[in-house]
Order: sequence, then structure tokens, then C-alpha cells
Amino acid sequence: MKSISIKNNEHIALDSIPILDYQTFSDVNTALLQKENHHCVNYYGFLYLGKVKLICCIADDLNNNILVSSTLADAKQTLPSLSRQCLAFEKFERELHENFGIQFEGHPWLKPVRYAFNKNDKNSSIRNYPFFKIESEELHEVGVGPIHAGIIEPGHFRFICNGEQILHLEIQLGFQHRGIESLFLQKEKLIQRHTLAENIAGDSAVGHTTAFANLWETLCRHEADAALHFNRTLALELERIAIHTGDLSGMCTDVAYQLGSAVFGRLRTPIINFFQQWCGNRIAKSLIRAGYNPFPFTPELAEKLLQVLASFETDFEEICHETFCAPTVLGRFEKTGIVTHEQATSIGLVGMAARMTNINRDIRASHPYNFYPSLSHTPILKHHGDVYSRAQIKREEVKQSIRYIRTLLMDMPIENLDRKPLPNPLPNTFAISLVEGWRGEICHCAITDDKGRLMHYKIKDPSFHNWLALGLAVRNNEISDFPISNKSFNLSYAGHDL
Amino acid sequence: MLSLLLILLTSLFFMGIVVRTKSITSGRKGPGLLQPMKDVIRLWKKGAVYSRTTSFIFQLAPTVYFASIIMAILVVPFGQNKGFISFDGDFIFFAYVLALGKFFSIIGALDTGSSFEGMGASREALYSLLAEPAFFILMGSFALYTGHTSFYDIFTSLHFGSYISYALGVLATFVLIMIAMVENSRMPIDDPKTHLELTMVHEVMILDNSGFDLGLILYGTQLKFAMYGALIANFFIGSSLYYFSIPLFLFVQLAFAVLVGILESFSARFRMGNNPQFIFTLTSISILIFFGVLLIMGKFI
Repeated sequence: MKSISIKNNEHIALDSIPILDYQTFSDVNTALLQKENHHCVNYYGFLYLGKVKLICCIADDLNNNILVSSTLADAKQTLPSLSRQCLAFEKFERELHENFGIQFEGHPWLKPVRYAFNKNDKNSSIRNYPFFKIESEELHEVGVGPIHAGIIEPGHFRFICNGEQILHLEIQLGFQHRGIESLFLQKEKLIQRHTLAENIAGDSAVGHTTAFANLWETLCRHEADAALHFNRTLALELERIAIHTGDLSGMCTDVAYQLGSAVFGRLRTPIINFFQQWCGNRIAKSLIRAGYNPFPFTPELAEKLLQVLASFETDFEEICHETFCAPTVLGRFEKTGIVTHEQATSIGLVGMAARMTNINRDIRASHPYNFYPSLSHTPILKHHGDVYSRAQIKREEVKQSIRYIRTLLMDMPIENLDRKPLPNPLPNTFAISLVEGWRGEICHCAITDDKGRLMHYKIKDPSFHNWLALGLAVRNNEISDFPISNKSFNLSYAGHDL
Repeated sequence: MLSLLLILLTSLFFMGIVVRTKSITSGRKGPGLLQPMKDVIRLWKKGAVYSRTTSFIFQLAPTVYFASIIMAILVVPFGQNKGFISFDGDFIFFAYVLALGKFFSIIGALDTGSSFEGMGASREALYSLLAEPAFFILMGSFALYTGHTSFYDIFTSLHFGSYISYALGVLATFVLIMIAMVENSRMPIDDPKTHLELTMVHEVMILDNSGFDLGLILYGTQLKFAMYGALIANFFIGSSLYYFSIPLFLFVQLAFAVLVGILESFSARFRMGNNPQFIFTLTSISILIFFGVLLIMGKFI
């Protein structure tokens, strides 16, 4: 057996993951990724009995399972790179290099990932970071950030331009590195871990907390009841509506379309205000907890939500019609920031960014969790991979989410008043949890030691895969179109830097 | 003299009206009409901060830029009243004194050594370069039509007698409005509200300016708008009397400001690469005016 096949939110004994030699490990996983229905959800390493244990999880979207395999390596060892065959491993290998000093032979560029400089070199800092350069009299460099012009997060963008045209964009992140993964091990109280999960990426608080709660319940062999599943699914869809609407507003702002910017911006408010009514926090912090339900969803809330959605939907429809029929807006959206289907498959894009290039990749459909099996979700796909495709996906996903919420509200589960406290997590266990946040697939993996304590916790935000897509999308575009491309992806800095 | 006073008066309100229009069209209340002017006065009370990499050019540039606009305003007449200065060929003086100011603001931006500002400067230089032929063909056609070469003589002897000349008036107004938008770096060429340095034209050039200098530049924009508004108003005032012409002037300015606000509310900015094409269309409309003038004068056919 070359790899073990598990489902989303399933736990297995750590020993049952086959340990292969590196060559076989490499062959198995690169062979798997040749098919479009496979993609790498996580590939990471952790220190295990003096060695570095590498675990690779490949999701099979067609057969709804996740193939897990592992191998052992030494820190600072030199290994042949998997990226030579599959570019999708590129970033994962960079992280392994950063954390364990493993040299991947044949890797295009072992650039820092979670730090803005080379962490293993004491003399290295962002001040003397060797950015990619092209020697030419005609080209010029433009550096943007890390202090952002707006109010969002820090990241450095280094453009190499030929006049107004972008030839190359280097994205340097890591300014937000907070060491979240190690904090998960240090903070042993469950409430602390929940709070950490909520703060992985501020705009995906629901997504990450759901992933954590599902994972924790799996580790504890606790079967969550329908009310918990209902809450999480509802919150996920509401978050999707709120952020997509806010993104559409941002995209209108970036092309200076004032009407869309103002109206979409206003429309986001009632949705997040509903979260405030539900749980006392506009971005739904403290709403989702493993094993219990601090804020049960009541029929009064349901009625309120239906009212909010009814007035939201008509206005949303109207402003979408105005925006998507305005020639000046279409002139900016269409054929801007294109990522091709081939590029998207090779770098392993996830979520909305994958669906815009006609890749059918949606965890809600392929690895359903919580209430999604009963919703039988059909992903919305677009073909062109440009800003317009991304805007269309946002528009249609909002409408789809409204439909799902209405379906959910028709058959509300009754709050379970007799919940047992969670048992202790299983010892020596590996568990994985995938959640389709609004941005794409969120993956949390946990490993426990022989006493059932967390030994390793791994988080992967969809931004981790998708930042590279932004770099590719803006090539040969005008530099003044970068902000709109960037906003249409709306990737997380904090979620990437962890 | 009267034109100078009227332009100064309208410049106090102009941006306020634009901002208010934009606020109302997006469903907001908006700030008071005098708010942009209050901001400028607040800036004027401050000292400026200069980056260590800049030289005296950077400190000189805003003043020269502002002075050039005042100089240009001095030649703008008001109906029967000559401008502060008026001489044959003063519309050429008008265009090039503005260009001088622009030149200084461009080298001032380059002086900072910032990659953004160089980018903005190159865009601004390109767009005003492309807008120049439109202005000259327009004014040249009217000079040919009236036989005079100063603003005052052209506007006083310009009278609309036939349908074609009305059409010319409309076209000329359109061209002047769009030139005003290009010269002031407004929509659809440039987005003055954006916070994104990469998409800016004019705004990115003044990133390093602060305090008094920034106040001068911002007020310069308002003056420039009022100045172009005055040129447009002159098409309609002709030789009418004060009790008629002054309200008309103010009405034209108001309509112009509201139009700018509406234009900026309901469209997106053009793609940077399409801007030159768009500005070229102004030149072609000016050529249309030129042919119209030839038609009226019977030099055609």
C-alpha cells in the first residue's frame, strides 16, 4: 500500500500512514498530481524521533477521499525536488526548506515563505533581501509596500516593468508571521485554541474556526449533532455573502466606479450586522465552538435573517445589473489579470481562483462536511480566468448562498439541550479537516502524541496556493491594473504568514 | 479684472459642488460646499516637510505651478471686460504658461526619486502632450473664424449666427470640458479618489508634497476648473449686460461642476492604455470644428 485513503474529518492512527522511501514517495505523489481531479491539500514536515517526517495529503475530488503518505528525512539533507515534476509542490518545499533546512535539488527558488527574510541566516533581513533583478537600461523597478496604501495588511510587491507594462512581479510576504502553529501547541486550553483559529485570517474567522472545531471533534471521536452542523454551515454561507459583496465593492472602488463601490459597501453591512445580533460580533468570532453551541440559532433569528436577505437580494440584484452592464466597468474587468487553465492546474490553485479557470474544485461538493451533503452543492465555474470571471463567480456564489440559506432555514434542527462534554483526544492520531471558506479550501491537520496532547498542528489557508496566481495574472498587464487584479483575488496576508 | 474676481469666487465653491454631487449620487449626504476650501486653508496654516533626497526644485515647483495658473487666469476675459492682460496671441501664452507650471510639477515629482512619482509624471506629461493639439486646433479655428488672436477679441466678436455655428459652440464646449478633465487629472482619465499609487496620475506626483505646498496644489486644481469654466462661459456670454452675464457665468460654472460630479459618479476610469486614444478623439473633434469654420467662411466647396 503506497498511501492510505481517508475521508474529510476522519482520524487514523499515526502509524497507519505508510512510510515510504523518498523515491517511492516522490513517484507516488507526483504521479497522483498528473490527474486534474487530484490536488495537493497539504505537504509538510514535523520532527519525529529525531527525524523529519514528511506527510503529503493529496485530495481526490472525484472519489471524495484524501490520500495520505509519508516519508522520513534528515534535517539539512539534500533531496531531489518534487517541484521539477509538479509545480504545485513548489511552495510546500520552500516551507520545508525554511523550517528544516532541507535542500531540494532542482527547485527553482527556495525563497522564504513565512518570514520576510531568510530565517536561517542571521545576517539576512528585508533590508538586504536579494530581490529578483533584470539588468536592463529600459526596464524599471517599482516597489510597493510593505506598508499598504489602504488599511489592509503588509506585503511587499516588487514589479519589474517595461514602461507601463509589468514583466514580472515578485511577492514578498512574511511580515505578519505570528507563529500561530506553535501557539496552538503552547496554548493548551480549548478556548485559547478557538481564539487562535479565529485569528488566523480575520476575514475567514468562520472558515478557520469551523475547520478547527470539526477537526477537534474528529480527534475526540465526538459526533457533532445537527444543530452544530447547521450553525457552522449557515455561518460559512453568511460569511461568503458578506465577503464577496465587500470584494465587489472593493473592485468597483479600484476601477473608480463610485456607484458600485458605495452600494456594495452598504450591502455588506446588514449581513455582518446580522452576525452581531446572532453572536455579538460582526465577524462571527466566538460563534463556533467544538462540542457545544454558545449561540443557538433561534426561530426569531431565522425570521430576522429572512427579512435581511429579502431586502439584500433585491438591492444586490439591481446593483449587480448596473455594474455588470456598465461598459466602462466591463472595459476594466474583461481580459484583465488572466490566469489560464494550464497555469491554474500546474500550480494547484484552489477555491474561487480555481473555479474561474474551469477547474471543478470545491470542497463543499467533493469532500462535503457539516450540512453540505444534504445541500448537494454544484460549484459555479467560469472559463476565462480574468477579473470579470472572478467578479461573476462572486456575484453568482452570493445568490447561491442565499438559496442555500433559505433551504437550510426551512428545516431547522432543534437545539440539543443535552450535550456531553468532549472526551479527551485520541493518542497517536492523525486527523485532517477540509473546509471551503469563501476564498477556497482551508486545511487543518493535527497529530497527537501518546498522551493525546497535540504534537503538531498544521494550518493551510487557500492564500498559500493562490498568491502565485496573482503574480502570474498581472504579467504583461498594465501596472495600473494591478490593484484590480489583486482585489479580485483578495488573498490573505495573515493567513499566508501564519 | 472682473473675470479674475469671478473666477476666484467660483473657485471657492467649485470642488465643494463636485464633491456634493458625487455624494448625493451615491446616496450620501456629503460635506459642506466650503469643505474642500477649508481643507486648503488648514493646509496653508501648516509648514511643509521636505524629504532629504529632494533639492530646491521640489520646493520651488508648487509655487511655480500655482503662479502659472494665476498667470493663465489673468488673460481670461469676461464678456465685454478684458482680462487683466490681453494682447494678440494671448491664448498661446495661456497654453504655454500652464505648460510651464506643469513642467515644474513634473520635474518636482521626478526630484523626489520615487518610482511612483516618476511613473505619475510620465503619465501626466503624456496626457497633457496629447491634449495640446486639441486646444490649439480649437482656438486656432476660432481665431480663423473671427480674425482675431486674443481671447478677448475672439469671444467678443464671436456670435452664433447659423445652425453650424451653434453646433460648433456645442462641440467646443465638449472639447473644453474634456480638456479641463484631462488637465485636472479627473475621471475618466484619472481617479482623484484612489488610494492606490499604481493607478494614479496626478495624485501620485504630489505624494511627497505637504502642508502649504500641498494646499497650493489643491487650490490650483480648483482654480484651474474655475478657469476652464470661465472659458466655457465666455462662449455664451458674448456682449450681454452684467445683470444677465454674471448670473449666466455662475450658472455655467455650477452646471460644469455638477456635470463633473455626475461624470465621476457613473463611470469607471478608463484603462490606462486606452487614455491616449480617448484624448486623441478630442483632437479629431477639434478638427471637426476647424472644418465647420471653413464651411461657414465658404473656404470649402
